[in-house]
Amino acid sequence: MSDDARFGLDRHVTLPGPLRLDGGALLSPVDIAYETYGTLDADGGNAILICHALTGDQNVASNHPITGKPGWWTRLVGPGKPVDPDRHFIICSNVIGGCTGSSGPATVNPATGKPWGMTFPVITIRDMVRAQAMLLDHLGVERLAAVIGGSMGGMQALSWSATFPDRVRAAIVIASAARHTAQNIAFHEVGRQAVMADPNWRGGDYYENGDPPAAGLAVARMAAHITYLSEAGLTEKFGRRLQTRSAKSFGFDADFQVESYLRHQGISFVDRFDANSYLYITRATDYFDLAEEHGGQLANAFRASKARFCLISFDTDWLYPTAESRAIVHALNAAGAPASFVELNSPFGHDAFLLDSPGMNRVIDGFLRAGA
Amino acid sequence: MSLRPDLAIIADNVAAGSRILDVGCGDGALMAALRDAKGVDARGLEIDAGNVAAAVSRGLSVIQGDADSDLAGYPEASFDYAILSQTLQTTRRPDMVLDHLLRIGRRAFVSFPNFAHWRGRTSLMWGGRMPVTRLLPEQWYDTPNIHHVTIDDFRAFVKERGITVEGAWFLSGDKRTKSAAANFFAEHAVFLLKS
Repeated sequence: MSDDARFGLDRHVTLPGPLRLDGGALLSPVDIAYETYGTLDADGGNAILICHALTGDQNVASNHPITGKPGWWTRLVGPGKPVDPDRHFIICSNVIGGCTGSSGPATVNPATGKPWGMTFPVITIRDMVRAQAMLLDHLGVERLAAVIGGSMGGMQALSWSATFPDRVRAAIVIASAARHTAQNIAFHEVGRQAVMADPNWRGGDYYENGDPPAAGLAVARMAAHITYLSEAGLTEKFGRRLQTRSAKSFGFDADFQVESYLRHQGISFVDRFDANSYLYITRATDYFDLAEEHGGQLANAFRASKARFCLISFDTDWLYPTAESRAIVHALNAAGAPASFVELNSPFGHDAFLLDSPGMNRVIDGFLRAGA
Repeated sequence: MSLRPDLAIIADNVAAGSRILDVGCGDGALMAALRDAKGVDARGLEIDAGNVAAAVSRGLSVIQGDADSDLAGYPEASFDYAILSQTLQTTRRPDMVLDHLLRIGRRAFVSFPNFAHWRGRTSLMWGGRMPVTRLLPEQWYDTPNIHHVTIDDFRAFVKERGITVEGAWFLSGDKRTKSAAANFFAEHAVFLLKS
């Protein structure tokens, strides 16, 4: 299996499709960039799919090709970790609509020979999941021992169990929600408008002149980044401290450390992310409402599921607060699905799922081992 | 692994292969014992995050939540037994929690410490102080037990509500004690109820 070109780091496959999207369009072909870690058991029973969040990528446990930084979830995925390539066959793919190799606005539309830009069809969370299912078919993985995701990755994990109930044995949904609230949509709309207000955006048609709407995307990232933190966390990290100066400048430089930090977050983000992808993926999460897809009853989404569920929230997460996880838990109870749920303490807000969380690792490890 | 005496009584009297909801399941000791010994499909509700983590890491399905607010979402008769061990006296509305237990479970096990045990009576009568005993070790100001109840209170309550008592067990220390003077001699009671 190790010499099978389908498996390993930095993989890419072009599947013929077509993939019928929720919006009605047919996507063909379907490019998927992905990585696998570990070895698929002879009975195929040890496959775990990791779903990435809004601005994540397939580099879950390998160095990022642009930033050189370690994978985004090495605290959970790696040797000796709860998701362990010595025991599990781990798959992580870039979502469609993304910008690290899977079909998205920056990839070439075969009909025109030019980047799709805003002619790329609007996609949904369920479309992302269907594309992942096509990848699993390609890899010869029939059923998943577990699908795991945080934030938008958690939405995919929920959508997996609802869309392919026979292919999921366990779902771990962390710091996530079964739908976007008005507040979630509102913050995303601020980000999209920041991108679109940048004169370099040009209706999404900026790929060929090499001058992307970096300022707009940076502002979008700055606004979004605030929602990933908590007030207590920001106060602890920055307070009202000034940035390399002893007094206020009475100007509009980044006087405060928190301003400098946010500017850095914005600027470094544009190096690794495509502005149009940001529009498409935020739209996909805004459109997500799992209950709506099932006659308005969230419990109906889980009636056909045979999976065990594990939900985790963080007490300082105000983007997808505990109440959202609890609503999912109540629906799982109503559907009679085996479900576990815990709210963990963390000062780090929504981002806690990406940071050091011994409690989260302990729960996930126990949950996964129980189903092995 | 030996179970707490009240849990052992419940474990002995749960039918094999049944579905149970353990409300206030702690670290899942009873659930694990029932799963392993009797093939029971066990689900739990527990307020403490550390206990939930411990239970989940034993492979149990446990939800962090509160008996007072999180029972409403469970459908009618979705379990053979709903179990409430040493939790009734900590709830804000024991009457409503019991209503939910008997709605969710076809039967309900309820165990609680008896506030009218002679040691407690002695403490109040001769010492004039709220009892601090082995089963009720907290002071009046930090106790989670906000609705103290006696065995006779509970008997009167279920009678008034028309709830059927299918079984009752009384404990003094680890030993069974007789039903007749249980309100004086029993530290602990276990009831099996049916609505």
